[in-house]
Amino acid sequence: MGQIRFLLNGVDVILDDPNPTETLLDYLRENRKLTGTKEGCNEGDCGACTVSVAALEGGRLIHRALNACILFLPQIHGKSIRTVEGISAPDGRLHPVQTAMVKFHGSQCGFCTPGFIMSMYTAHRDGRQDFDDVLAGNLCRCTGYAPIIRAAETASKQPQPDWLTDEAERLQAMAGGDITLDGAFLPVTLDSFADWYVENPDATIIGGATDLGLWVTKLMRNLLPTVFIHRLQDLQTIEITEDGIRIGAGVTVARVRGAMVDRHADFAEMLRRYGSVQVRNSATIGGNIANGSPIGDTPPPLIALGTTLTLRRGSKRREVLLEDFFVAYGKQNRQAGEFVESLFIPNQPDTLACYKISKRFDQDISALCGAFNITVENGMVTTACIAFGGMAATPKRSAKVEAALVGQPWTEASVNTACDAFAEDFTPLSDVRGSSDYRLRTAKNLLRRYFHESTNPLTETRIVGRGVA
Amino acid sequence: MSVAKPNPHDSGLAHVSGVARYTDDMPMADPVHLAFGLSTVAHAKLTSVNLDVVRAADGVIDVLIAADLPAENDVSPSAHDEPMLATGKVHFVGQPIFLVVATTHRAARMAAQLGQIKYEKLPALLTIDDAMAADSKFEDAMTFQNGDADGAMTSSDNQIEGSMEVGGQEHFYLESQAASAQPNEGDVLVHSSTQHPTEIQHKVAEALGVPMNAVRVEIRRMGGGFGGKESQGNSLAVACAVIAMRLNRPAKMRYDRDDDMIITGKRHDFRINYRVGFDNSGRLQSVLFEQFAKCGWAMDLSLPVADRAMLHADNAYYLPNVRILSHRLKTNTVSNTAYRGFGGPQGVIGIERVMDHIAYTLGIDPLEVRRINYYGEGRDQTPYHMTIEDNVMPEITDELVIASDYVERRAEIAAFNAQSPILKRGIALTPIKFGISFTLTHLNQAGALVHVYSDGSIHLNHGGTEMGQGLFTKVAQVAAQVFGVGLDMVKITATDTAKVPNTSATAASSGADLNGMACKAACETLRERLSNFAAQLWQTTPDKISFTGGMVNSNGNSMTFAELAAAAYGARVQLSATGFYKTPKIKWDRFAGKGRPFLYFSYGAAVTEVVIDTLTGENRILRADILHDVGRSLNPALDIGQIEGAYVQAAGWLTTEELVWDDKGRHLTHAPSTYKIPACSDRPKEFNVKLWERGENVEDTIYKSKAVGEPPFNLGISAFMALSDAVAACGDAYPDMDTPATAERVLKAVDMEKGITW
Repeated sequence: MGQIRFLLNGVDVILDDPNPTETLLDYLRENRKLTGTKEGCNEGDCGACTVSVAALEGGRLIHRALNACILFLPQIHGKSIRTVEGISAPDGRLHPVQTAMVKFHGSQCGFCTPGFIMSMYTAHRDGRQDFDDVLAGNLCRCTGYAPIIRAAETASKQPQPDWLTDEAERLQAMAGGDITLDGAFLPVTLDSFADWYVENPDATIIGGATDLGLWVTKLMRNLLPTVFIHRLQDLQTIEITEDGIRIGAGVTVARVRGAMVDRHADFAEMLRRYGSVQVRNSATIGGNIANGSPIGDTPPPLIALGTTLTLRRGSKRREVLLEDFFVAYGKQNRQAGEFVESLFIPNQPDTLACYKISKRFDQDISALCGAFNITVENGMVTTACIAFGGMAATPKRSAKVEAALVGQPWTEASVNTACDAFAEDFTPLSDVRGSSDYRLRTAKNLLRRYFHESTNPLTETRIVGRGVA
Repeated sequence: MSVAKPNPHDSGLAHVSGVARYTDDMPMADPVHLAFGLSTVAHAKLTSVNLDVVRAADGVIDVLIAADLPAENDVSPSAHDEPMLATGKVHFVGQPIFLVVATTHRAARMAAQLGQIKYEKLPALLTIDDAMAADSKFEDAMTFQNGDADGAMTSSDNQIEGSMEVGGQEHFYLESQAASAQPNEGDVLVHSSTQHPTEIQHKVAEALGVPMNAVRVEIRRMGGGFGGKESQGNSLAVACAVIAMRLNRPAKMRYDRDDDMIITGKRHDFRINYRVGFDNSGRLQSVLFEQFAKCGWAMDLSLPVADRAMLHADNAYYLPNVRILSHRLKTNTVSNTAYRGFGGPQGVIGIERVMDHIAYTLGIDPLEVRRINYYGEGRDQTPYHMTIEDNVMPEITDELVIASDYVERRAEIAAFNAQSPILKRGIALTPIKFGISFTLTHLNQAGALVHVYSDGSIHLNHGGTEMGQGLFTKVAQVAAQVFGVGLDMVKITATDTAKVPNTSATAASSGADLNGMACKAACETLRERLSNFAAQLWQTTPDKISFTGGMVNSNGNSMTFAELAAAAYGARVQLSATGFYKTPKIKWDRFAGKGRPFLYFSYGAAVTEVVIDTLTGENRILRADILHDVGRSLNPALDIGQIEGAYVQAAGWLTTEELVWDDKGRHLTHAPSTYKIPACSDRPKEFNVKLWERGENVEDTIYKSKAVGEPPFNLGISAFMALSDAVAACGDAYPDMDTPATAERVLKAVDMEKGITW
């Protein structure tokens, strides 16, 4: 028997042996009758369930907007949860984001409003003003968003309310060591996790739960036994070495984005459109790789950058090129009891471009995602590493296209010739995100886009983003 | 003045602080939870329904099939053709077959997956073509005509023809369908997230075999409706009521999002064929439309939806010789239903396509073709023989063309396109003339109930429902206006079938028109009684009594409204009144296609500028300028909110919102991960929305205002036409895109312009 502890709207909560895959949303609504937090989609796509979660990291309190519908109770141990009911003053005065939303008519039906409020509240604490990104994970069907943005902009000029207290010390006292719940293990050291996982290779490893959450809420699956890896500090490090950058598998996509801004700006820009703030705050880079999805957005650029994975089983480690990790659909080069520990991106000149093509620009799964890393010397292509998601059963390099380019002059004619090789590299599927023909045609055109961008940098080639503005 | 003020939404504070309660938020003592077990095939005989495993699942209390229901097994709003639980056959993927009752929502959902159903498959009609080939229709094709379309076509100067597929649309109200029921001494109290409480009452009474007076339905607010809660909530409310009475225990039900998107109806997808004759200036000489509405498996509201598509096939244009043919097709797909615009937008987009097609054929600005075809003097009769008496389309267009710099921007866009090899821009102006009134005439009635308490506080109730549109705020403003008191004196209360009976759905944009007038009537009755009493008190005549600023005055006499209420109570003046309203003038024969279906029209226009990527088809709205006529606005802030929201919702319909079914009839886009409504950054970055200042309803509507819910939805069509314009910049052909204009469709159209096919 074990227990988890957290703060809920400032109040200490201790739960004895909670169901490890009960979502925070169900807990709030059903156990606590805190019905301000809404269930909109139950899969992390609409943001109606957004809560603000504060956690101690490196001695600092970090506030994050997260989707409560795909957040399991063990994930909130040692953290402070604020819901829409918990941000006004004890005497009833409203938070500036609440006041502004009323004033600017930012709510109509009001059902998405608590989620917007909590995203805006979290941004307000952080001083963030990139509201299109901050609010990309909150869907509103009534307003068309304009009044919500007006409210957010106005509130951003208001100071932090004086009733918001620092909860760092209270959280510090909760941290503690390994926790064992009925059906779940929450280790705090990487070694204890590695050893445990060798003994329990059938356990479900849960990082951010942005994918696994849906296995519970939509596929109605039983994930037990589970092991939660979010407390492993050693899995969350970003280390800059002489040769490159090593990123722990438990690093969130939000932090990966930060680390890429100065190295590979186009990768960072693509990650701006990966999921939403709520998803990026929870999803881990290791999870995006280890789940082996053919449409994960981080593998194509990572492959194009020559990334190596470190896999670990017990105390044994081995390295594998990321492109070799994906064996077939649903099958990765990973043994029982082995897990992705970190990935390493070698230093290199930044010639990477990432193109994420989806029905909607923000918070959408790619129809295809292409990453191009081509070097040209004296007008000749010297190296080419091109990788795609959404074009095959796994993230995959375009070997034939690369071969058709390397050693050729970097000209439109070479590009057009190389485009013919796409059909040899890929026979994409048709699905709801795009037809096979569209995917193939667009993949070719993305090589053309890369060519335009490298040879005519002043030509406008993208509707959104070009590096990080 | 209380009306005409930009008061915030009455629930704004409750929304932002999380205390606003929706149906699933209602506290309830120990309820059971319900879920439906669904058909997995599109059309089949049920040969075996084995629910043993369902009954044995954790937390399951009860499992019902159709034979277990106590009385009627029907949740149809129209033709009694929609069993709540399938009987013998299933007609679409997602049709409820059995009902699970369990201790938790999750237990009910888990168990609902465990049914062992055997099917004998039958041929399934999944498409418009399937249904046409099988002659599968809900009624014979309807025809509206005026003039001699065939003769005029023959003698016309130019002719074009074409066809477009118009996609459907998922409502994606943020609050999925939800209901609950509590037994109460043999009667039942139902909470339902519904636009139509009276219909819920009616269907629950039928299902229980009790009179309507044994059923009370209450709804304070919905988390969005958009037409999707006009009839689609019936199943949940009926299921809850049946179980509450069966087990004598509260019951609640909400659809998980995926279930909601699989089970409930959507905007009708259409095919629109056209053949048009026009002169060399672009003026129409003859128009032939053939509309095909995919209605799905049950009739629901499809007939009036298809009628409204015909009634808007003219939009703002005079069609001198016209014939509109409409097919209402029965298919083995989800039963399509009401959705903001109710068929109107599908009709409008047809004629807007025609306008563009003519312009490209003649090589002139589409705006000129639109203007030359607007209704005008001597050109004022619709295809359904109603004379237009309130046309303000030319004035609105002229003002918007100037305000939006349309002419200059069209030139700038041409210059941009000439030097930009990959990104291309486009621009379009489209108008809307939208008919206001239910086309089923008897629905145009409403009631209200108003009490004045002895402290002067006012209790307001009416038959309209609040789904976010601000109806409750507007109607409260009417009450405050009549009594000359502040809005804070008026208590807005939940819609309740026990207070106002026999109400119509809050639909057809009619909420404020109908309920505002009913409220006004009730309040005026009370004010008259109070005036008579005050006149006696002050020895004057009632017409000398005024109500303003919370005071009641007459020739130097004065007291507060509260003091008057107290005195009137003491003098035994009745301080409660009902109000009733029925829309005048309307008369409509749908079979003849003749009459006056609408009291008046709402007008507006939009200019949209877009950019497309000719390598990927990605596209984005850059700017939208809207000028819209709401008459004399009851509340400009709420009206602008409706216009902004409607535009973005419609732009979503025509761009990213793609519904996809597979060849087995399974809906593949049943979650927001695959069905993409506009996100924050998809709104126009430059978004100029203005109410037309000169607007005033020529008809005697509530304070001369006009309805606003649906009309501006049609303005989103300008985004689609602007995308066509951008595609046209890539070549010489007319880009006849289908909707929605996803990145894939745009790229395909661009490549067609370039002569590349794939």
